[in-house]
Amino acid sequence: MTELAPLPAGPGCTDAPVLRERGQREVFCGLTGIVWLHRKMPDSFFLVVGSRTCAHLLQSAAGVMIFAQPRFGTAILEEKDLAGLADAHAELDREVDRLLTRRPDIRRLFLVGSCPSEVIKLDLARAAERLSVQHGPQVEVLNYSGSGIETTFTEGEDACLAAMVPGLAPTEARNLMVVGALPDVVEDQMLALLARLGIGPVQVLPSRRAEAAPEVGPNTVVALVQPFLGTTAAALERRGARVLQMPFPFGEEGTTAWLAAIAAEWGVDAATFAAATDAPRARARKAVAAATATLAGKSIFFLPDSQLELPLARFLTRECGMTAIEIGTPYLHAGLMAPELALLSPGPTISEGQDVELQLDRVRAARPDLTVCGLGLANPLEAEGLATKWAIELVFTPVHFYDQAGDLAQLFARPLRRRAAVRFGTEARP
Amino acid sequence: MKLTVWTYEGPPHVGAMRVATAMKGLHYVLHAPQGDTYADLLFTMIERRDHRPPVSYTTFQARDLGADTAHLFRDALQAAHARFQPEAIIVGASCTAELIQDDPGGLAESLGLPIPVIPLDLPSYQRKENFGADETFHAICRALARPMARTDRPSCNLLGPTALGFRHRDDVAEVAGLLEDMGIAVNLIAPLGARPSDIARMGAAHFNVMLYPETAESACRWAERALGQPYTRTIPIGAGATRDFLAEVARLSGLPVRADESRLRLPWWSSSVDSTYLTGKRVFIFGDATHALAAARIARDEIGFEVVGLGAYNREYARPLRAAAAAMGLEALVTDDYLEVEAAIAALQPELILGTQMERHIGKRLGIPCAVISAPVHVQDFPARTSPQMGFEGANVIFDTWVHPLVMGLEEHLLTMFREDFEFADAAGPSHHGALAPETVAAPAPSAPAAQAGPGTVIWLDEAETELRKVPFFVRGKARRNTEAFAAERGVAAISVETLYEAKAHYAR
Ligand code: SF4
Repeated sequence: MTELAPLPAGPGCTDAPVLRERGQREVFCGLTGIVWLHRKMPDSFFLVVGSRTCAHLLQSAAGVMIFAQPRFGTAILEEKDLAGLADAHAELDREVDRLLTRRPDIRRLFLVGSCPSEVIKLDLARAAERLSVQHGPQVEVLNYSGSGIETTFTEGEDACLAAMVPGLAPTEARNLMVVGALPDVVEDQMLALLARLGIGPVQVLPSRRAEAAPEVGPNTVVALVQPFLGTTAAALERRGARVLQMPFPFGEEGTTAWLAAIAAEWGVDAATFAAATDAPRARARKAVAAATATLAGKSIFFLPDSQLELPLARFLTRECGMTAIEIGTPYLHAGLMAPELALLSPGPTISEGQDVELQLDRVRAARPDLTVCGLGLANPLEAEGLATKWAIELVFTPVHFYDQAGDLAQLFARPLRRRAAVRFGTEARP
Repeated sequence: MKLTVWTYEGPPHVGAMRVATAMKGLHYVLHAPQGDTYADLLFTMIERRDHRPPVSYTTFQARDLGADTAHLFRDALQAAHARFQPEAIIVGASCTAELIQDDPGGLAESLGLPIPVIPLDLPSYQRKENFGADETFHAICRALARPMARTDRPSCNLLGPTALGFRHRDDVAEVAGLLEDMGIAVNLIAPLGARPSDIARMGAAHFNVMLYPETAESACRWAERALGQPYTRTIPIGAGATRDFLAEVARLSGLPVRADESRLRLPWWSSSVDSTYLTGKRVFIFGDATHALAAARIARDEIGFEVVGLGAYNREYARPLRAAAAAMGLEALVTDDYLEVEAAIAALQPELILGTQMERHIGKRLGIPCAVISAPVHVQDFPARTSPQMGFEGANVIFDTWVHPLVMGLEEHLLTMFREDFEFADAAGPSHHGALAPETVAAPAPSAPAAQAGPGTVIWLDEAETELRKVPFFVRGKARRNTEAFAAERGVAAISVETLYEAKAHYAR
């Protein structure tokens, strides 16, 4: 079983200087979130209003085209749509009509803005209002921006969830709202844990079905499961809810801290807490230990990608014995990240934003044992002899809470184990 | 506005990237938002390239829009020149940058870099990936190549192979070998592997070989006018087309055809008795026009299939495609709408699909085997082994690739003879395909309703339906369709066992 690294003596990385860079960024735009959001919300359709590039991005990010009729698509702007906005609105109405006729199962329709729709100032909020009147109440039409000029990768989910907040029913009741799209299996595990702690009622955003949307009010307590939901958190605060600040539920330590913060809110006693968490904690530690043999003592470099970088660095350094060289993140939300920064031992460079060329220079100079990066950079870095972990797997794979802690550690251990496992010549194994 | 789910082609700047990434010593400075950097992964993941595409993206953001995006472009261009020291740079805009009209070409010119800077004008809201590749390659040739003295020995250029091309790597090697056998030197292969300084020597060749019209036709036409180089029109895919190609090369070079056909196995493999069962198999063909046309000829003439559908997603070549389809008594399907292709396949129920990765997915869903013949590409389309489509070895590869998804000749007999036998039951599927049991196999319920309605008014009587289920799965779709057509033609409202066998006799071949 692993021992946690001792807590940092001082404030950890709370006051660490942040290297802010501005140059070429090598990250997806917020449209990418559709790839997991459409699976989470099976009664929803995501209609991107954009260009052929946007359609191509979605197709490439989705990787495999296994769905005959996926619940997302792109209304590709053509020359004539650019000429007159009035016509573009008429065209959009026509496409939406057609789509909803063909797909009567759709209950929520998201109009998703892109760079082109924003640059030509196509007002999708207006369009959503108009279409809601036309197609409501069966279909609720919402809008948000996933454009690359406004959003980076996971910020698309943030924008999507924030767009749902104004429509949530008001309540005066005390409730817990868990925010962030989790795979169903993980969501169920989480609900079971909270139930064992006697915490409730619990609602989740996004809900799987439109009817099950959470309610919000002054007695609502919000727990985020993803670190990139700053806008959604602010929108919920505007509705009177209180957002808890705590580490994110990655790894045994993060999950325990996350649950403990909620338990404290609900006044759960220590014995109940221990009874509910002791067994899964032990399981998680054991599962993580299986990967720690590979990870301990290894160095890691995060290129900015999913905004999960800081919580993951905390998990990997504290529970798996790794050393972080640089932790890059697209945006650093000081408030939400404060509990994570406090747990991180000083040492790593913390960087925000990106100049990919300069950052790769630093990667080459540091030669980390493992580099976390996007798919565009992984093979080129491997070819330079550097082991990599694709960041996108971290948002596509179940990694939250106790029973995924071991899987999360294995995601990082696997590339290292693989490099040790293959041989193509006569050189002896080390 | 057009609702699109899956696309066959990316935007035109991805075509430009395919050219830039294929080349060496060339850099592409692309005015684009951050999300457009996704395109890098097409090259590094699908093609497993070990280098980043030589592309610098300006990655402007919303807050830059009010201020100065032109400045960002200039900085990115200067930084790329300083860092990568390319021999030449191409500059252009993605769809979003096209709207903000910063004029990358003009900005680049004002910087006065000491190397050629080639502006690209790729209309993102009208054109697509292949156009982008073709136009980019054309612009590069126009900017860098000049008329010059021809080589002493007969020589040619191989034009058109790009990054992310369907088997381009291996086609180039195969065609270069064929030309070498005839005593013709390859002066330049481009874009794949060429440097800008190599392209400057383009004019030394006696003629050009147009490998892929989709990516090289504009450059070939330009070279014909500006450099006086004729170019080949025959695409050497298939045994017959390769022979025709060599004849065309002989005409252009004045040299006699010298070909080592000892390596060509397709004609004998296709003539051997085991191939009898291939006769008249109904195939549906869809891809880029060049590969679709080549596949149609091979399918009909060299393997003896019946082509029941022919189409392409690139409108630029609709005309020759329509002509070829008409010659086969078909109407060509020219569309980039994947749902239309799916509907056509579902209606025709072919026994084999020759298509792209999109059609492979369609085939999976419909339980119809598929062999891939064309881009858009998938990681599977970059095999580790040499696997050309062109030349004699390409013909061999095609024979294997197309026949593999089908049930083997002898095996087909056995399946019919022992169809009651557990081992040979429907669900077993072709023995060499592991788990690939077509999905349709599971469809007919063991207790069929007394009469099942077919299309229109024709219904299947109980015992006819049972009889139909004894027909091996890989021909059952055809048997059902033929019988229904036969019944409809004769005004038979209910299909009996007799109708089934009358139809069988009627369609016997
Ligand atoms: S960055 Fe903008 S233009 Fe590019 S895919 Fe994303 S939304 Fe579309």
